[in-house]
Amino acid sequence: MASMRDIKRRRDSIQSTQQITKAMKLVSTVKLQRARARAEQARPYFDKMYETIQSILSKSEKIDHPYLSSNGSARRAVIVVTSSRGLAGGYNNNIVRLITDSGWRPEDTDIYGIGRKGVDALERRGWHIVSDDSDVLGEPSFSDAAAIGAKVLDAFAAGEIGEIYLAYTRFKNTVVHVPVLLRLLPVEREETETDGGDGLLMNYEPGPEEALDLLIPKYVNSTIFGALIEADASENGARMQAMDAASGNADEMIASLSLLYNRARQGAITQELTEIISGAEALNG
Amino acid sequence: MAEKSFRLDIISPDRIFYTNDVTMVEYNTVDGEVGVYAEHIPMTQIIASGRLIVTEESGQKTAALLSGFVEITGEKVTILAEAVEWPQDIDVPRAQKARDCALDILRNTEDERETAKAEAALARALVRLDIAGADTE
Repeated sequence: MASMRDIKRRRDSIQSTQQITKAMKLVSTVKLQRARARAEQARPYFDKMYETIQSILSKSEKIDHPYLSSNGSARRAVIVVTSSRGLAGGYNNNIVRLITDSGWRPEDTDIYGIGRKGVDALERRGWHIVSDDSDVLGEPSFSDAAAIGAKVLDAFAAGEIGEIYLAYTRFKNTVVHVPVLLRLLPVEREETETDGGDGLLMNYEPGPEEALDLLIPKYVNSTIFGALIEADASENGARMQAMDAASGNADEMIASLSLLYNRARQGAITQELTEIISGAEALNG
Repeated sequence: MAEKSFRLDIISPDRIFYTNDVTMVEYNTVDGEVGVYAEHIPMTQIIASGRLIVTEESGQKTAALLSGFVEITGEKVTILAEAVEWPQDIDVPRAQKARDCALDILRNTEDERETAKAEAALARALVRLDIAGADTE
């Protein structure tokens, strides 16, 4: 059995780790509440944006627009949203795995990283990192997203890349976060179930093609912004969960170490007593 | 005064900016300034930076609307705005700086894309200053 001192030292060390995990859990709980409120406020905008793009697309089957078809380049760009800090459970790893398991070859793929952890992990595995915008995390603003959007759209327009993807973690609720890989460009057309269910005929001013020209960059920017906000909420949710589990594990370890410690202490006392008694008996004898 | 009213929603990326029943809304599109009354035909328009005027029963409200698009359907009008600000929320020093910076670029560059970018930035800054009521000379 380990000595009392060893057990005590181990227990103290776990206790101080637990203080850290508890504090981090509290911090991420507060941050999560704020991030979730942001994500919820932002959602109507993206839903409407998506709806409008899809409704234009469904009413304009014949439009041959550069944003709707691949420009022939075999390269693809992936915007990868992870966190810049660890201790968030599988949060960063899930996104990295999404990329490495995609079946794409690292040499044909340009990574536009947002978040140190993802950038570092992908770089180590030999992926080509084009840019690293990790500093936009925290409180992402729309103009940050627009700057990243402009960067990928420029590369797309110049024919350097033929497809743009976005990898981020979707925030479903506090405990469920789903890593998703979404194709931004060429825009995916949803299969229209009931074509223009309300029977409305939409007019476009300027024409549908010009409207698409102006709308799609907005769509790309706002989708990136939405991804940043959702990823922020997911990160804090994941960290809260991870730290909650860590605090729980620490509790368990402390309990079992306390038991061991008490047993060792009792053992030491019993031994001491036995020694005193046998000593006294030897004197009387 | 029984003008027909319709529902107007103005949504920006970070919040629902405005939602109310209004009788008219005016804004600037890439094809020029327009005003929309109730029962307008369905239409999608792209916004250019300019003054947004909302006419409610109780009066008018003005804001700076810089970019986005409008969707008009039978019963409601939705403005998806990338940037929209009430006059009191406009950051005047920042807009002045943006204006000076854009003017500077316009004077010194020959590049077509740079010029277009600076012109757009200048237009935005001027709209902001105009609506905030700051002096624009």
